[in-house]
Amino acid sequence: MGEFNMTDQIILGIETSCDETAAAIVRNGKEIISNVVASQIESHKRFGGVVPEVASRHHVENITIVVEEAMKQADMTWTDIDAIAVTEGPGLVGALLIGVNAAKAIAFAHQKPLIDVHHIAGHIYANRLEKDFEFPLLALIVSGGHTELVLMQAHGQYEVIGETLDDAAGEAYDKVARILELPYPGGPQIDQLAKEGDPVVDFPRAWLKAGSFDFSFSGLKSSVINYVHNKEQRNEAVDKSIVAASFQESVVDVLVEKTYQAAMKYGVQQVIVAGGVAANSGLRYNIQARFAPSNIPVQIPPLQLCTDNASMIAAAGSIQFEQKQFAGWDLNGNPAKLLTSIHKNLST
Amino acid sequence: MNMLAIDTSTQILGVALMKNDIVVAEMTTNLKKDHSSRLMPVLNQLMQQADMKPEDLHKIVVAHGPGSYTGTRIGVTTAKTLAWTLDIPIIPVSSLKALGYNAAPYQGYVCPFFDARREAVFTGLYHFSAGVFSLVKEDRHIKMEEWTTELNTLQKPILFLSPDFAKHQACLNESGLARVHAPDSSHLLRPSNLLMLAETEPAVPAHEVTPNYLRVTEAEANWKKRQKEEKNNG
Ligand SMILES: [Zn+2]
Repeated sequence: MGEFNMTDQIILGIETSCDETAAAIVRNGKEIISNVVASQIESHKRFGGVVPEVASRHHVENITIVVEEAMKQADMTWTDIDAIAVTEGPGLVGALLIGVNAAKAIAFAHQKPLIDVHHIAGHIYANRLEKDFEFPLLALIVSGGHTELVLMQAHGQYEVIGETLDDAAGEAYDKVARILELPYPGGPQIDQLAKEGDPVVDFPRAWLKAGSFDFSFSGLKSSVINYVHNKEQRNEAVDKSIVAASFQESVVDVLVEKTYQAAMKYGVQQVIVAGGVAANSGLRYNIQARFAPSNIPVQIPPLQLCTDNASMIAAAGSIQFEQKQFAGWDLNGNPAKLLTSIHKNLST
Repeated sequence: MNMLAIDTSTQILGVALMKNDIVVAEMTTNLKKDHSSRLMPVLNQLMQQADMKPEDLHKIVVAHGPGSYTGTRIGVTTAKTLAWTLDIPIIPVSSLKALGYNAAPYQGYVCPFFDARREAVFTGLYHFSAGVFSLVKEDRHIKMEEWTTELNTLQKPILFLSPDFAKHQACLNESGLARVHAPDSSHLLRPSNLLMLAETEPAVPAHEVTPNYLRVTEAEANWKKRQKEEKNNG
């Protein structure tokens, strides 16, 4: 590739942790060369949620097609690729196995380094494809499977300072959407409805004990269920937009305020928001508004980088490539993988 | 011809290599251990032993089921990705056919089967005669009792091969079928069989290679049932 420097680092990323089969090629951890996502959402819609066995079957059908498309769009051959990065976990085990085994096959066939990436590290590094990091950095990760606050002092250094004690924020969105009988996936539906209603119902906010950066959404979820149930028992119409707006305000209030307090406590230089729920317009608007007077920049990736994709996996893998943290041929899918620092001895 | 064979469709992990038309390496384990972390290390080790590099391969043959869904996907994903990225042909072979080939050079009917839970099996019927190995009854998912009733109509002795033989022995005993006994070692699929059977099956474009599950997922079956009910009610 004439336009590329010999010193450029080119990484192929592969992601199959849930219901998207994705492959991407990223240069120097910052620049997307190609980004291909085959979404299975249409297939899972009929079941009202992701069915793991169905997801695994789609992944095995799509995997080589998706990787080939990423290579074609980048106009690259295997000699251009420096390493293969793949999501090791967390996620659905059967789904992870497809990406992991495909990545191993490619790495083995061309004798390239193999890099095991944590899915959440990927979500964080999606932001680096837009703007480089400034440390210390605070990341709020919100998705169907995760609600976490992660503090980073340097590349590859992750300290989880807060996490959900029960449901993930995205999970709460899905459950409330089901109560309101909204089509799957429920998150965007609630976000849309919330724009049409006033947040007049005072649903609870779980602040937990003072100074805690942990989250809890199960109480809020029960409260929404009770509210809808009571209305129905009294034969009163449920105004879905009011419920959606009130629920969303409750979730966003807690997410934004805890992020703000953590940012102040740790004196961070940058705040980033990542994960599927980062696409939520209420969260995007309110977190920017809260931080506006503070001069701490809040970075939120564009919508297509909030949802699962492989360029974020390649971007996170790029740091491990630089630090020569490679996986062996015995790499396995790890559905419960913990977000640990690359150099454990350096982490605080 | 240099060929790689992979089988992960049951508890057995099997890898075999052909180099210059000779079977030079073969490894199987019959352990309750995961395939995903062990397949590539075994492959790497056998290739090293045989002084072969990935680019030396001309062809890949894979047991594509029926069998364990997750297990089969590991072998199939590895095989199809290797074949695609090395740009070489891939030949999917029935895991039952490959197991049935363990019976060579027996003459007569061979019935390989894998346990599929709830008294059901994945099975098919094959036949050996004068060195020709042929399919008699297609691979299927069926209750063992129903299957033995169907086999009884043949009125011929049958050699049964299965890693799950013990689990279905009572049913086979009751069936009254004339059976031929095979030694324990014959019930474990030998991956080198895949190398022998590669010529009997067509190559498939790597993108199109998928496991032969023989069953739709439970979620899809329930969904189809609901669709039908809604149609009938509406
Ligand atoms: Zn995700």
